[in-house]
Amino acid sequence: MARKTSPTRQAVVTVAAWSIGFLIFLPILWTVILSFKSETDAIRTPLQVLSAPWTTASYAEVQGRSNYGAHFMNSVIISLGSTVLALLVAIPAAWAMAFQPGRRTKDLLMWMLSTKMMPAVGVLIPIYLMFRDFGLLDTRIGLTVVMTLINLPIVVWMLYTYFREIPSEILEAARMDGASLTKEIVHVLTPMAVPGIASTLLLNVILAWNEAFWTLQLTTSKAAPLTAFIASYSSPEGLFYAKLSAASTMAIAPILILGWFSQKQLVRGLTFGAVK
Amino acid sequence: MKLRTAFLAATAIALTGAAQAEELTIATVNNGDMIIMQKLAPEWEKATGYRINWVILEENVLRQRVTTDIATRGGQFDIMTVGSYEAPIWGKQGWLMPLDDLGEDYDYGDLIPSVAAGLSADGKLVAAPFYAESSFTMYRKDLFEAAGLTMPEQPTYGQIAEFVEKLTDKSREQYGICLRGKPGWGENMAFLGTLVNTYGGQWFDMDWQPQIDSQPWQEAISYYVELMTKYGPPGAVSNGFNENQALFQTGKCAIWIDATSAAGRVYDPKQSEVADKIAFAPAPQAVTPAGSAWFWAWSLAIPSSSTKADVAKSFIAWATSKDYVKLVGEKEGWVAVPPGTRLSTYELPEYQEAAPFAATVLASIEATDPARPTKDPVPYTGIQYVTIPEFQGIGTVVGQQISAALAGQTSVEAALKAAQDYAAREMSRAGYPK
Repeated sequence: MARKTSPTRQAVVTVAAWSIGFLIFLPILWTVILSFKSETDAIRTPLQVLSAPWTTASYAEVQGRSNYGAHFMNSVIISLGSTVLALLVAIPAAWAMAFQPGRRTKDLLMWMLSTKMMPAVGVLIPIYLMFRDFGLLDTRIGLTVVMTLINLPIVVWMLYTYFREIPSEILEAARMDGASLTKEIVHVLTPMAVPGIASTLLLNVILAWNEAFWTLQLTTSKAAPLTAFIASYSSPEGLFYAKLSAASTMAIAPILILGWFSQKQLVRGLTFGAVK
Repeated sequence: MKLRTAFLAATAIALTGAAQAEELTIATVNNGDMIIMQKLAPEWEKATGYRINWVILEENVLRQRVTTDIATRGGQFDIMTVGSYEAPIWGKQGWLMPLDDLGEDYDYGDLIPSVAAGLSADGKLVAAPFYAESSFTMYRKDLFEAAGLTMPEQPTYGQIAEFVEKLTDKSREQYGICLRGKPGWGENMAFLGTLVNTYGGQWFDMDWQPQIDSQPWQEAISYYVELMTKYGPPGAVSNGFNENQALFQTGKCAIWIDATSAAGRVYDPKQSEVADKIAFAPAPQAVTPAGSAWFWAWSLAIPSSSTKADVAKSFIAWATSKDYVKLVGEKEGWVAVPPGTRLSTYELPEYQEAAPFAATVLASIEATDPARPTKDPVPYTGIQYVTIPEFQGIGTVVGQQISAALAGQTSVEAALKAAQDYAAREMSRAGYPK
């Protein structure tokens, strides 16, 4: 039974939740505000910044100096490509772990996760050398493969938790009716797990979109995604805060919009299985 | 069918090969002078028929990116923007092509000698200077006048302390002095390196023993922490070059000691509110003039893995030539020309007129001598850095310790002790003395 809450308590909780939400959102909001100010206004104190005139000059300059479209397309191809590729590998893997667990399944899952605990820079040189030898440096294919491998443990883990929620009796029934293994996975398991797969897909697109180590290290110009686009406006000697903010806003806008429209899925996906 | 596929594949390879031959990949940073270079590069592209792929990254990302590529011979870049810290180290490794054949009209003798020396390895130029800087004192002459003070021709740190005490008025958000506080070997340690030098200190003695807990370090860092705590802006631990420039040009600092390349920016009325109220003086000194002002040169170099060395050389010769300086002056304004590389720049009447700070800058750069950076002899070159690969890591950790002392989290003594221990451990691990 739910606890009774007084209206005051509810109001306090609401205000607190909104304040925390606002606090988390503030840096993004401030970036957007700065992007519409001139460079000289962008370095003033916050109150002066807010009252300064609005301008789209930074967007015009960023647009004129770099090829946003090319970076955007690279980001879309790499993040979507790597997520789809990861799902193709992870769905059968998660199926096996969820419905046919062996003695070592738990260890295997832990081992997969442990690869995420290693600092990425530790394998930079070996991967760079492999990329060099296979001619994959600065290619979208190379980056898609690396992003797939990086996110694979998370994809497998997420799908594994979703699949565990599905009663194995249903799959058994399908098998009794003579469904082959492929049919069982494609026609029975996958449709039931669509919400879980969708939220995994969303989360991984976001992770791949925002990844800023490998995407910067393994690309130069042709395959460089939006992370490289942002990095090109950061400067240790020169005040370009407005332009940097404009570039950041342009880079995060697509994923922000995607996240906004799919927040229900995301929240459901992230809390799935948490409450029984 | 198979033959056709093979033929198509071969054509595709041939086509991409041909397309690549037309392109030159240049890695650089997003500093003002490089932005101008990108803007003007189409002139070179038109003249040669080549196309440039620009890879622009934040300084630290760029350093990691190009180091990875050059160490693995990845061959992703034809020209790299490197600093005077990397140039001699990489040159010695054989990672950079010598640039002693940039054409007859390049006029090597016109390069400022100390700059060319700082970018050479084994007597050969391995990186061509694009713009160079030293450090100096920028101050507000209106505030000095109002307080009845005069900046001496060669200020000392003792005098600076007296000035800033009188120039601070925190109620009006006016701070006597702004200095770097953000930790990093190229951030706070750039300034603090010069401060320690002029107090008579050094990073290592002749046996490569770290000297960070020595008397000069204690004095210099105590001076810095006290000055900044009493008369500096709040939150100085997060201030680097950009943050201080913002503070200075919005009128919040009376004195700012930093890169000479800041002069053109704070003197530009389009950017700066105090453009008509500033004056310049050399970097202050304490017990010795040696190493009191830093030296840094952003330069263009060709990694030895590049397959287009001839084209790359043609671009470098263009971008670091006398004609390029004039081109920038004519197209972008004379105050924006890349400073600190060529003596002839300082003889141009247009530049002298547009940039009244030019003489002070030239004098500061000419006076620096990375080969003799300290009062007592040292086994290394470099004023605000030490040209050994281990320095980046050590410099940054020492910078973090001092930043913690500035934030009041630890005492100067404890910070320097910790820094010394770290440096000693790292140096013995790296096998020094070598």
